[in-house]
Amino acid sequence: MSDRPPSLTVPDAAAVIAWDSHGELEVLTFDVGGESFAVEAVLVRELVELLPETAVPGAPALVDAMVNFRGRIVPVADLRAAFAMPAAGATADSRIIVVELTVADETLLLGLRADRVHEVATLTEASSEDAPSVGVRWPRAYVRRLVRWRDDVIVLPDLVAILTPALGGAALTC
Amino acid sequence: MNAEDPTAAFRVEARELLDQVEQALLDLSYRLDDAALIDSVFRGLHTLKGSGAMFGFDSLAAFTHHIEGAFDRVRKGRARATAELVATVLAARDHMRALVEGDAISADGEAILARLAAAVDAPAVEPAAPVRPVAPDTAATGGWQLSFRLPRQALAHGTNALALLDELRALGDCTLVAHRGAIPPLDQLAERDCHVGWAATLRGDVPRAAIDDVFLFVLDDMELSVTPLPPVGTAAGARGAAAAPDRAAPETRAPRRVARAVQGELVRVPAARLDTLMDRVGELVIAQSRLSQLAGDRHDLVLRSVAEEIERLAAELRDTMMVLRMVPVASLFGRFRRLVHDLARETGKAIALETAGESTEIDKTVSERLFDPLVHILRNACDHGLEEAGERIAVGKPATGIVRLAAYQAGGAAVITVSDDGRGIVRERVRAKAEASGLVAPGQALADAELLALIFHPGFSTAAAVTNLSGRGVGMDVVKREIERLRGTIELVSTEGAGTTITLRIPLTLAIIDGLLVRVGTGRYVIPLAAVEECLELTAEEDRRSLGRSLITLRDRLVPFLRLRELFATAAPPDPHQKIVVVATGRERVGLVVDQIIGSHQTVVKALSPFHQGIGTFSGATILGDGGVALILDVAQLVARGQQAESALGQAA
Repeated sequence: MSDRPPSLTVPDAAAVIAWDSHGELEVLTFDVGGESFAVEAVLVRELVELLPETAVPGAPALVDAMVNFRGRIVPVADLRAAFAMPAAGATADSRIIVVELTVADETLLLGLRADRVHEVATLTEASSEDAPSVGVRWPRAYVRRLVRWRDDVIVLPDLVAILTPALGGAALTC
Repeated sequence: MNAEDPTAAFRVEARELLDQVEQALLDLSYRLDDAALIDSVFRGLHTLKGSGAMFGFDSLAAFTHHIEGAFDRVRKGRARATAELVATVLAARDHMRALVEGDAISADGEAILARLAAAVDAPAVEPAAPVRPVAPDTAATGGWQLSFRLPRQALAHGTNALALLDELRALGDCTLVAHRGAIPPLDQLAERDCHVGWAATLRGDVPRAAIDDVFLFVLDDMELSVTPLPPVGTAAGARGAAAAPDRAAPETRAPRRVARAVQGELVRVPAARLDTLMDRVGELVIAQSRLSQLAGDRHDLVLRSVAEEIERLAAELRDTMMVLRMVPVASLFGRFRRLVHDLARETGKAIALETAGESTEIDKTVSERLFDPLVHILRNACDHGLEEAGERIAVGKPATGIVRLAAYQAGGAAVITVSDDGRGIVRERVRAKAEASGLVAPGQALADAELLALIFHPGFSTAAAVTNLSGRGVGMDVVKREIERLRGTIELVSTEGAGTTITLRIPLTLAIIDGLLVRVGTGRYVIPLAAVEECLELTAEEDRRSLGRSLITLRDRLVPFLRLRELFATAAPPDPHQKIVVVATGRERVGLVVDQIIGSHQTVVKALSPFHQGIGTFSGATILGDGGVALILDVAQLVARGQQAESALGQAA
């Protein structure tokens, strides 16, 4: 099951960003490893302060721990592993963003480690562009769009593409 | 979840109806002229047709109509129930099931209808067999005097009383009088109940069975008395004269199934809701143990007594919850009757399936996951175990082979045995096969149990020819693995010439286990207590000596062991006094070296997320009293790993 070659092709439907009729998108912005990221606000279930984590020996580096989130056991993913950033410890500002994903028709809660969580922001399609093919050190398939926001550039990561290799075959949708 | 889809509700009902029809058909295959069973199949089909059409399953209704028509002929004695007919209707049932699920192939349906036509028409040469007692049909009377009362809930259940009366009228010259005596006063009237009874005088040459047909679907629960009327010519004054002494006494039907009403109400609940409730109870147990810890730390007697009260309630709630998830194995066993029926037809052997202990209850999930392994074991028993009829008679056994499926509870486990009275496992063939595939050295001395255990080895199959039934490359090793995944054990006893018995021991529930909590580095892990044989200290001397190899001597036996610290790549420094927990599955043992044994602990098992299911070392996770998470070790996997390490070492040496 796990020795199946990880497929990085992104299903079209998942890569699409659901801009509303005004070309806007509500997101939650956060920092990981010095970069700004954002996830769709509708996916976010809750923000929690750091919980005691339990390491899972043998698990993929991307999802190497789990936490007790209100009596449910929730895996925790670290985008650092996907974007080749050096590992770093938690600080007072660290949070876990609990998002709701769908794996093989079942709802799955997943925690995303964030160094700092900023705010709910409205991004516009007009100020977004595809990731450039040069000058970026990450796999392009992991980025859906780059969006200018104030003085910053925010990465809209493709969670499906990032997490699918760690799943060993189950179909994931956001 | 909120708005119930009516077609989904119909599907659930249809599946149940089809299961009932299947069971009745299987019973019928043993008692081909049992009128009650024929009626029961007919009624099931009729209901399915009606509600199918109502919910827009038109192709299902049309198909069922043909089957029902054929069965109606059997019911009326115009055709005979034969084994072939039963088999055809069973195939039709499968097709109906596919129609309900929406994945039917229409060519299948046509083929079945063709077979059915052949099965119903073929034996028509025989005079219509008396399938039901037909004697009263032909009573030469001038008609019938009826008095009847429908079941009280008939209206609520959808019976159209007026339509029944119309049907009755259509039989002949009919005078109907309503009995209104039982109607309660207005303030006590339950408007959904049927309070009216009727008296009917039915004149004309009407067979008795025609009257029963009118009331077919309510007959079991209604009151009906039927008295024949004398022929018209002698009608005068004959009423009180008891003209025909043999038939004059009114034949009264009292409601037959009183027991059903007493059974109590059942509620259908989606399994997902039970799972959610189970999760909540699990959370409650965790919160409660934190409360108990807090109360224990303080010297507040009131707080302590409240904490104890809550502890008791939480434990009771959990036990109640467990019972809710339990289902009798009857539903599991029921599915095998069909399998054995089909196997008997495929192999041409006469096979009888006996079952015992159907009321034994096991967790619903366990029951579902037992199905595949049991199918495999039963296939083996029917295909390899039982001999052909001729061979059986030659050795003095009855021609019909018996497969026995039994269940009982023993302690915290359910025991399921599958036994057959076939030829048993031929040791020589097992040995020859094992030697051919290099599992054992030629001539190597093996105890009987060791020899039989080879059957569970991957890739082992003694079937000389690969048949359609078994020998598809899935062997007993898969069965064993599946049973071990359920934290169960499998045992095999076989006497050559007398048969084989396979015993499965399965925990009653997967939701809660007793576990041994251990620490490795900074991580805490749970080892299922049922697998733990003993705990002992790894002495410093032994520790040093065992570096570089993975065996220790335990009471003169060599036991392979795994250092969990290495397996889990633990960075924290090891404890000076490490412990070995010896775990076993079946006869295979392995020692697990841990830093500390914390204690035993009852644990609510939670499934791992899909990200972690593939790792293999862990079977689940649990939440500890302090809110932390601990992984539950998969003992079967670890033992297999220890054995591999041992054999690798053996080959190197």
